[in-house]
Amino acid sequence: MNIRKSLISLLRGSTSQSRKFFLSCIPPLLAIFGFFLSCGIVVRIRGQDALEFYRIILSSGFASFDDFGYVLFNATPLVFTGLAVGIGYKSGLFNIGCEGQLYIAAFAAAWVGMHLNLPAFVLIPLCIGSAMIAGGVWGAVPGILKAKYGAHEVINTIMMNFIAFALMNYLVTSVYQEPGQMIPQTPQIHETARIPRLASLVPFLPQSNPLNASFLIACGCVALSHIFLTYTRWGYELRLVGNARDVASYGRINPRTVTVWVMALSGAVAGLAGVAEVMGYRYRYLDSFSAGWGFTGIAVALLGRNNPFGILVAAVLFGLLNKVALDIDILLGIPRGLFLAGQGMLIIWLVSIEGISLLKKEN
Amino acid sequence: MIFELIPSALRMATPLGFAALGGIYSERAGVINLALEGMMLIGAFGYIVGTQGSGSTWIGLLVGIGCGMAMALLHAVATVTFHAEQVVTGIGINILALGITEYLSPPPEQVGGLPHWQLPLIGSYSFIVYLLPILMVASHILLFKTPWGLRLRAAGESTEALAALSLSRSKWQYLGILLSGLLAGTGGCFLASEVHYFTKGMTAGRGYLALAAVIFGNWRPLSGVSACFLFGFATALELTNRWNIPGQLLHSLPYILTMVVLVGFVGTSRPPASLGKMKS
Repeated sequence: MNIRKSLISLLRGSTSQSRKFFLSCIPPLLAIFGFFLSCGIVVRIRGQDALEFYRIILSSGFASFDDFGYVLFNATPLVFTGLAVGIGYKSGLFNIGCEGQLYIAAFAAAWVGMHLNLPAFVLIPLCIGSAMIAGGVWGAVPGILKAKYGAHEVINTIMMNFIAFALMNYLVTSVYQEPGQMIPQTPQIHETARIPRLASLVPFLPQSNPLNASFLIACGCVALSHIFLTYTRWGYELRLVGNARDVASYGRINPRTVTVWVMALSGAVAGLAGVAEVMGYRYRYLDSFSAGWGFTGIAVALLGRNNPFGILVAAVLFGLLNKVALDIDILLGIPRGLFLAGQGMLIIWLVSIEGISLLKKEN
Repeated sequence: MIFELIPSALRMATPLGFAALGGIYSERAGVINLALEGMMLIGAFGYIVGTQGSGSTWIGLLVGIGCGMAMALLHAVATVTFHAEQVVTGIGINILALGITEYLSPPPEQVGGLPHWQLPLIGSYSFIVYLLPILMVASHILLFKTPWGLRLRAAGESTEALAALSLSRSKWQYLGILLSGLLAGTGGCFLASEVHYFTKGMTAGRGYLALAAVIFGNWRPLSGVSACFLFGFATALELTNRWNIPGQLLHSLPYILTMVVLVGFVGTSRPPASLGKMKS
């Protein structure tokens, strides 16, 4: 989208594609504004300085490259889960199972990374590939059940989340636990299976910064998703099934087949969040490492209007919020729960706004 | 051996049963309720805070139920009035409840439990445990034998049936969701009253498990609550860990069973026809 052109057409008041685009940006921006405003009000009610609170928000994320590195590091898994939810949503499917899919994928990556000692240029793609397959299979199961038996994917993805939690807990405490450790985690993966940190490549990041190349993979995925959804036949089929199921059937597109591969693709992308954790940060599988990334992905996709670039921006915003939450806890003594509650409220606002606008369109 | 498990199975099943009954009212009225988890959590929180504030467990119970219903009201306003996507709203409410309870985390003081009643042959349980089978039967009668229940179910089966009777579908949906807040909140209160403390995210997925029971029980009170007893039994088995079955397998059993039932391998499970639909 050419922003200059869009701005001009917006000023001229023509109802073009670009005007539509800008109008669609208004609800998320309003919601974010409302979010920060209400957080400030809560801080004021607590008897603390709201301006100080806003100052900390800015300085916490943007004061140095180190800080911003942490923001991007926090955002990395959310880009993947956000894309996974967004891709599913475009085709009318709710993937609530990202949390389970990313665990299964993370374990697959850790398993391959532990057991195979190969040079990096073979092992890294192999680990990523097996993680995507594992996540994809875990995601495909609800897709198949929906396509074949009409079982609702929301319930099945939720059920499979809990099954994944239990399975992973079993594997990491009973089979693959690091010997001599009380912590439920696997041994470390080989050096050659690790995704390098950006601190070793970029001069202005301190060595301690955990930002790693999986963020670049995330950016690549954003671009690929955009190309896939907009310019390929499969992307077209996916959107057609989401928007006009009957039309898709007339066009010799089988919605059931699409349902299966979209769920598989969504699971595979969600699995990359597990890759970022295991191969890019912790270098091992730790039980229940995810801080609800699969669920935050829903908020990210909503805020990003299911547009890949929107999702990237939304993920960075949530990455910032996660970092800020830690800092205001330390500096102002405000518990993290404030932002969590805000995030829940944000989700409810966004879907309500969407619901109202659909309602208005129909009348 | 099995009999020894019954007390802990009952204690595990009771909060699930209440939440499941709540889920049935809401889903029978046509509104998907993923928010049970959040309603239970805020109910547990309300019980602890109310009891700490007033010193009376009865007031705690009322506050807990009130908190559950407040969450339900939010769900109702968003989904029924604003036509918000029901699945996403439910998840938003769960995150909101987690955040609120973490932000206002009550002091770690022990609070009293709800009164236990000693009954011959059965033993001593919180009165909430005895309330569950009564409510289960009452809900069955209410939903399937009264005109009131017929109307509530009509809201879930068709988007237009109530309009034909010049009744408001929204009103019945509000009612269904508020009832689910009341019941799930009570379930949360029971949980907190047995544990005596509030801990972060203490419902630990019970709301989702209750939803699984609703589906497992084919959206019917009798079979739904029975499913909760089955699930409670699995959890009790997991806790005693007697036969060296991996606890995780027992833990995931309810979820696997629900998927099997949903697919229709064993019996059939059919949701209300207009579940999740706001427009015809």
